[in-house]
Amino acid sequence: MPSLGASFGRGAATTAQWDIANANCVMIMGSNMAEAHPIAFRFALQAKEKGATIIHADPRFTRTSALSDIYAPVRAGSDIAFLGGIIHYLLENDLWFKEYVLNYTDMANIVEDDFRDASELDGLFSGWDPMTRSYHIDSWQYKGEMARSELAEHYAQTSMARSETFKPGTPGNPPTDPTLQNPKCVYQILKRHYAAYTPEMVERVTGCPKETFLQVAETLARNSGRDRTTAWCYAVGWTHHTTGVQMIRAAAIIQTLLGNIGRPGGGILALRGHSSIQGSTDIPTLYNLLPGYLPQPKTNAPHSSLKQYLETETAETGWWANLPKYAVSLLRAWYGDHARSDNEWGYQWVPKITGDHSQLPMTLAIRNSTIRGLLLIGQNPVIGGHNTHLLRMALPNLEWMVVRDIFENEAASYWYKSPEVERGELRPEDIKTEIFLLPAALPGEKEGTFTNTHRLIQWHDKVVDPPRDSRSDTWFVYHLGRRLKNLYADSVDSKDDPIKNLTWDYGTQGPLDEPVVEAITKEINGYTWPDRNQIAGFADLKDDGSTACGCWIYTGVYPTNDHNQARSRKNDGPDGPGTHLGWGFAWPANRRILYNRASADPDGKPWSEAKRYVWWDETARQWTGYDAVDFQLDKRPDYQPDWPAEPKGMEALSGKVPFIMLSTGKACLFVPAGLRDGPLPTHYEPVESPTANPLYAQQDNPAAKKWSLPGNTYHAVADSNYPYVITTYRLTEHHSGAIPTRMVPSTAELQPEGFAEIPPELAAEKGIENLDWVVISTARGAIETRALVTDRLRPFEIAGRRVYQIGMPWHFGWQGYATGDIANTLSAIVGDPNTTIHEGKAFTCNLRKGRLRAGT
Amino acid sequence: MQPAQRAFAGWNMIHPRVLDHTDSILPGMIPDESELSAGVRIVPGRRYGFFTDTSLCIGCKACEVACKEWNLLPADHIGLTGMSYDNTGSLSATTWRHVTFVEKIRGADGRRVSILKPFQSDWLMMSDVCKHCKNAGCVDACPTGALFRTEYDTVVVQQDICNGCGYCVPSCPFGVIDLNLYDGKAHKCTLCYDRLKGGLEPACAKSCPTDSIQFGQVEELQIRAQKRVAALHKLGVRNAYLYGVPGSPGATCDIDSLNAFFLLLDRPEVYNLPTAPVLPAARVPEGLALGMLTMAGLGLAAAMCFLQGRRK
Repeated sequence: MPSLGASFGRGAATTAQWDIANANCVMIMGSNMAEAHPIAFRFALQAKEKGATIIHADPRFTRTSALSDIYAPVRAGSDIAFLGGIIHYLLENDLWFKEYVLNYTDMANIVEDDFRDASELDGLFSGWDPMTRSYHIDSWQYKGEMARSELAEHYAQTSMARSETFKPGTPGNPPTDPTLQNPKCVYQILKRHYAAYTPEMVERVTGCPKETFLQVAETLARNSGRDRTTAWCYAVGWTHHTTGVQMIRAAAIIQTLLGNIGRPGGGILALRGHSSIQGSTDIPTLYNLLPGYLPQPKTNAPHSSLKQYLETETAETGWWANLPKYAVSLLRAWYGDHARSDNEWGYQWVPKITGDHSQLPMTLAIRNSTIRGLLLIGQNPVIGGHNTHLLRMALPNLEWMVVRDIFENEAASYWYKSPEVERGELRPEDIKTEIFLLPAALPGEKEGTFTNTHRLIQWHDKVVDPPRDSRSDTWFVYHLGRRLKNLYADSVDSKDDPIKNLTWDYGTQGPLDEPVVEAITKEINGYTWPDRNQIAGFADLKDDGSTACGCWIYTGVYPTNDHNQARSRKNDGPDGPGTHLGWGFAWPANRRILYNRASADPDGKPWSEAKRYVWWDETARQWTGYDAVDFQLDKRPDYQPDWPAEPKGMEALSGKVPFIMLSTGKACLFVPAGLRDGPLPTHYEPVESPTANPLYAQQDNPAAKKWSLPGNTYHAVADSNYPYVITTYRLTEHHSGAIPTRMVPSTAELQPEGFAEIPPELAAEKGIENLDWVVISTARGAIETRALVTDRLRPFEIAGRRVYQIGMPWHFGWQGYATGDIANTLSAIVGDPNTTIHEGKAFTCNLRKGRLRAGT
Repeated sequence: MQPAQRAFAGWNMIHPRVLDHTDSILPGMIPDESELSAGVRIVPGRRYGFFTDTSLCIGCKACEVACKEWNLLPADHIGLTGMSYDNTGSLSATTWRHVTFVEKIRGADGRRVSILKPFQSDWLMMSDVCKHCKNAGCVDACPTGALFRTEYDTVVVQQDICNGCGYCVPSCPFGVIDLNLYDGKAHKCTLCYDRLKGGLEPACAKSCPTDSIQFGQVEELQIRAQKRVAALHKLGVRNAYLYGVPGSPGATCDIDSLNAFFLLLDRPEVYNLPTAPVLPAARVPEGLALGMLTMAGLGLAAAMCFLQGRRK
């Protein structure tokens, strides 16, 4: 998601699921859409009904592939080589959408003279500091600009103090060369960067036959332009890599070159997790963000006072110039009357982060006893975490652990049921951790909202009360907060002020004392202070304490005191435009397609009748269309900023530029700041790879987060002890970590046991028959499972050598009816530099026939 | 974005009546809900069934789960079969929808495919179900009248009348109906008889995310299916055909047609379906003749023995 933020301004899906039905081509990569998002896939098939081409590029032939027109096999982890090949193809054959790109993107921008590309430095960009294993990004800037990062999801923290990288900016937009001849313009840099990504190289790196690759590239180009659009769908098949962010960036570049962003049937649909994962980044469970993608204050940034924080983080131009309004309204929502203008609205009560506090380093912090207590709410890291043998051996270091789930999951039962206990490595009597298992409620047993993959907030009602002691998570968090407030009510210690001053007045209802969820939704939407009248849109938020708002991007979800828009189920009906603006609420401002100003040409006219969506209405003197317009409604297409007057905020954006969250209003083909591993996607091998990088001397992502520690060692490149590539995934028959489905017989029977998918060629070499027991091992651990020998997996010819790949679902465990060894026992703790997301989709392993457990 | 553009097919377009229900809380059941979800009203006296279009099936098994949940059916068997992603194996007394998986990833030249035919191909998935035959062998065989034809022209077992004799089991040419070990009675898909009475489409069809399972009036479904085959042929899917419409495979003998029929992409045997199913009743004349001939032969033999005995 940081990649979409850095490219377009908002780190979220740019389109609505149902808009996929309007695409002329649907490209699915990094996603097994039919299995993981079957409802969304309905719309891909609707597009197919109208003649669209469906393409699936994936390491495995899946149920998605079976419904596609082209299946492109790619080795796990080689996606950027494939995508870079497409960029190369579009540029070499001049197939990009010139009028769109030249007006709406940074294609003509000129980059600093001292920028050096990965094609010149054998895989590294200029600014690399081998000591800190990070980049100084000064040379990546548009010429004369200061290093500035747009606020976006997973806002990138640079390891150096940000002020060091600042230098005076120039008034007006960065210099450009519309002829694209300047060797330092983005167009020329792109051409050089991807010059090596030829179809032959794509075949060599990814294993995808050249002919198939060309068919894909040609189909994409043919189905983009004025009259046609291509939609892209990706999911965790891209994010779960040490290069995951840059894979998504590569898709963003392609979709921008083809002019597919902000247009019907186009866009990038980030298929996000079912458990309101979009919602959990909007109102984040992430350690480094505050609600609405405001950066979490940090100790190593100039954030020591609210004034300093606002000065540092507020953009001069573009929409983010409004940041102070959102930050102060958030503080007002949290601290109510305790927030005053003379105490920085309570800013000092917000914790400041000191480093990476995400899940992977947390696992190691548990091992080091740095973390002593753990709350697991809807999380089962014993199977869903990484290097889970290390984790299971570390968990006894905790003093206490609270597990909230609907069944006794593996995290709650590891201390007496795990393979480590079976093998005698852990003895229940030695584990001193006090473990609490608190029964949670299922969705039908509680009310509240889900935010789905296209930012759509939908309310769901309670059907039945949860049984016995089961309670909703809202109940737990609310009453925990209430009790903590009681506990500290009499404290005079200032460190307890954050709890004492927290507004916690949602009220309760019913026999179970459930908190009033609508009161929480109202606070998230925002209201005036102190009289609490609901606010209809975030334009009404203020930085003077007169408004309170829990998450500015959600403003409009509860626009009046008696209207919950998330509840609304108003379909457009058969004759409507099909944007369904009356169905739920999509942030921001109920927009279904983001950046939809781009659906019109620079003059404000639709690119074509077939793709009419949002346009400038000269008689009404405003923008209009089928969606909530993502632009200032009355800003004429021919508006130009008055640069001598030093315009700020939205006044500094012309009437042509659709990407209003970025300070220039133009999409970034080249990302000067916001990403830690380079301004352009570059093919690096996975940290564990069967081959040397065929493109550069730089083997893997230079900035990848590695923790090479005992118990977490990584395999060498082309390590003969671990010769096979392994990829992990979920099956459609099981939900999330499968706790809801493994425990229910009628779903457990559909995929009742763990297995590994093995190509017949490898099975023959190893003497493995279908359903045989096999042992899979890595330097981190070993597991046994059953073999499913299938043609759906295939050997790859990589750089002249045969590479085998096996696949394994990761959501099995020892609990429930459907059981199996835990695939994540094999994976390593290693992460993407921008997100610290693990590399569960591509690592190496060994395989043999047989069993692991003694006596079997 | 114009409505005309979105009209991908008349029958699965948004129904105007959706505009009558715009809140997440409903005051009660939506009358004739099937009209919204399947585009058809359920009226006694008409003939209803399924058109299962395998070219749209993604093998998600939502139909299997929806069926078991609605009909409160237990799990059959929890164990890995090794047959692709099929772990329920076959239809049974407790599995009334079953998704078959057939992997045919290699082309005629033995190489794995990359350029595929439109819609489903190469990994075949088919949601099988009771066919609710126009002329049903199970109904003919049932001595108690437990198996009957409903007002929707579907075939249902009345559990309070079934005596568990099991005559229906070998009488089904598709191997659908089965006895349950726990109550000893015959069970199979009821085409959600209870839901039809409440104006709801069957659970499997409603849960199908890609409309591979379509519920409706059989005559209408047959027309829709013929059009679908023609459209697929035009797209180059020459192997698409219907199974169970009059004059097609699956509708042989006196069966005439199947109320639950299929669009298939390979030979029926690939999906474990008989190409030319035969009703037991069709074997009556030859069976009777053979029986009479046997009786006559035996009689003749007995008479000869008797005559020979008398001669001694």
